[in-house]
Amino acid sequence: MSYELTYKPFGERSVLIEWPLGIDENILSDIIVFKEKIKTKNIKGIVELRSSYNSLLVIYDFVIDTFEDVVFILNQLYLRKKQDINFSPKQWKIPVCYEDTFAIDLKEMATEKGISQESIIKMHSSRVYTVYFIGFLPGFMYLGGLNEKLYTPRKSTPRLKVLKGTVAIGGGQTGIYPSESPGGWNIIGNSPVEFFNPQKELPCFANAGDKIVFKPISLKEYKDIKTLVDAGVYQLESEVIDD
Amino acid sequence: MIRVLKTGLYSSIQDLGRHGYQDYGVPYSGVMDVYSASIANILLGNDVHAAVIEITMTGPILEFNCETSICISGADISPKINGTSIKLNKPILVKSGDVVSFGKLVSGFRSYLAVLGGFKTENVMNSYSMYQGITKQSTLFKNDELLIDTSLKGLGMKHAAIKVIKGHTTNQIEVFKGPEFYKLTKAQQDILVTQGFTISKENNRMAYQLNEPLANNLESIITSSVLPGTVQLTPSGKLIILMRDCQTTGGYPRVLQLKEASINILAQKFTGNTIYFNLM
Repeated sequence: MSYELTYKPFGERSVLIEWPLGIDENILSDIIVFKEKIKTKNIKGIVELRSSYNSLLVIYDFVIDTFEDVVFILNQLYLRKKQDINFSPKQWKIPVCYEDTFAIDLKEMATEKGISQESIIKMHSSRVYTVYFIGFLPGFMYLGGLNEKLYTPRKSTPRLKVLKGTVAIGGGQTGIYPSESPGGWNIIGNSPVEFFNPQKELPCFANAGDKIVFKPISLKEYKDIKTLVDAGVYQLESEVIDD
Repeated sequence: MIRVLKTGLYSSIQDLGRHGYQDYGVPYSGVMDVYSASIANILLGNDVHAAVIEITMTGPILEFNCETSICISGADISPKINGTSIKLNKPILVKSGDVVSFGKLVSGFRSYLAVLGGFKTENVMNSYSMYQGITKQSTLFKNDELLIDTSLKGLGMKHAAIKVIKGHTTNQIEVFKGPEFYKLTKAQQDILVTQGFTISKENNRMAYQLNEPLANNLESIITSSVLPGTVQLTPSGKLIILMRDCQTTGGYPRVLQLKEASINILAQKFTGNTIYFNLM
C-alpha cells in the first residue's frame, strides 16, 4: 500500500516526511518499511532517521541546497517495491504489579467508571499494544491499543514525582515511565523491568513496530524480578511475531 | 586533574552532543553555543569534538594540579588566573597550583573553557555531555576532580589567532518556516516575523520561553519529531524555542525552525533580551 506523502524542509539539514494524519497500524508499518529501505540503501549523508506516529524525519550531515533533488531520491525509493526488508517485530511480555502499594489511582478510577479494580486490571492486561515510537523521555514507549473503556483524563495537577517503572493511563494512552519524572497520568501499577539503560549498546529492548503485553504479577514476584533486574540477570520474555 | 573549588551558577561538561540515539528518546545535549565552544577548541589545536566546560553567567573557581593550556571563548565573564585578568580567545599556559576564576559578566551569557586534549570525564553513548538520567551528574559539583590528558603539555596551539565574528551578538535570529507555519493566518505569520520578542525568565538548556504571546487557535498536533531550534506555539499562545537538551518529540505546532548558527546566537542571550525572527 502506498500513501500520498508530504515532504517538508525542517531547518537546513532535514526533510520531514508526513503520512496522512491519524494513529494507524497500516501507516506505522508503511513508515517502518520506508525507514528500513532508506537504511538498507545506505544513502550518503543521511545521519539520522527518526519516526513518530505519522512522520519520518531524515537528517543529513550537509546543508540541503536542492530540496527537490533530495525529495526525488527519497520518493523514488518509497515507490519502489518492497524487497529484502529485514524487519521482524517482537512481542514482549512485561510483568506489572497492579497491587495497591503501586496502583495509587486505581481505586478512584474504578469508582468513577463504575468498573471493579479487578476488571480494570483485566482489561489493561488482556490487550496487545503496539509500540509506535519512543520519545518524551529516554525509553518512553508511545503505545497504541488501549481499551476505550479505560480512557481517563490526565490529572488536573501533575504529580511532581512519579516512580521509575510506573504504569499509567493518560487520556487514550497507556505507558510506562522509564525513569523517575513529573507526570500527570493516572497510576495503576509498576513494572520492575528496566526500559532504558544508557550503558547498553541497545539502550531499549523494544523498537517501533514491536508489540507489548502486560502480565499481572504479585508483590512477591515483583520483588523477585526486581532483585534479578538489579543484578543484571533478568531475561525478559519475548517472541518473534509471525506474519 | 582539575579540582572544582566553586561551581558557579550552572557549569557542566559538554561536547558536540549525543548523536544517533534520538529514536530511543535521548536528547542531543551538547554545548549550547557550538560556535564559541569550537573556537576555544580550535585555538588550542583540539578536535572540535573535545569536551569543554560550559559556564553560565557566573563562573566557577578551578584549581589546576598539572601543567596544561586552556582557552576561554564565548561570554566575557572576566576570567582570571591567580587573580590576574586573562584574555578571551587566546591559548594560555596554566601551571600546577594555578587557580582560574571569573568575575563580572561583561557580555554574552555562556562561556566555554577548553583544555588541551579535552576533558576526560564520564563518557556515555559516545559523548561527554552531561544530562540527567544519562550521565551520573548533570552539572559540576564542588570538589569534583575533572580528568584531562596530563601527558599533553604546553601550548598545543595551531592557530595563533582567529578573528571572532561580531555578528554573534546580533538580535536578529534567522529562521525557516516550521512544518506547521502554513497553519497560521497571514496576520499571525507577519506578527511572528516582524515583532520583537523578549526572553522570559524561563530559559535554560532545554528551552527558552518568550514573554509576548501570539494569539492563536491552533490545536495540538499528533506527537512528532522536534529539533533544537524548533519554535513551538502552545494553545495559550506562548512561544517556546527548544534548545540543546530538548525532548526528541513534541505535540505543539512547530511554527519556525532556527538556522543552526542562530541557536548559537540565542544561547548567548538571557532574560529580558529582545530578539527578532528574520525569515530566510
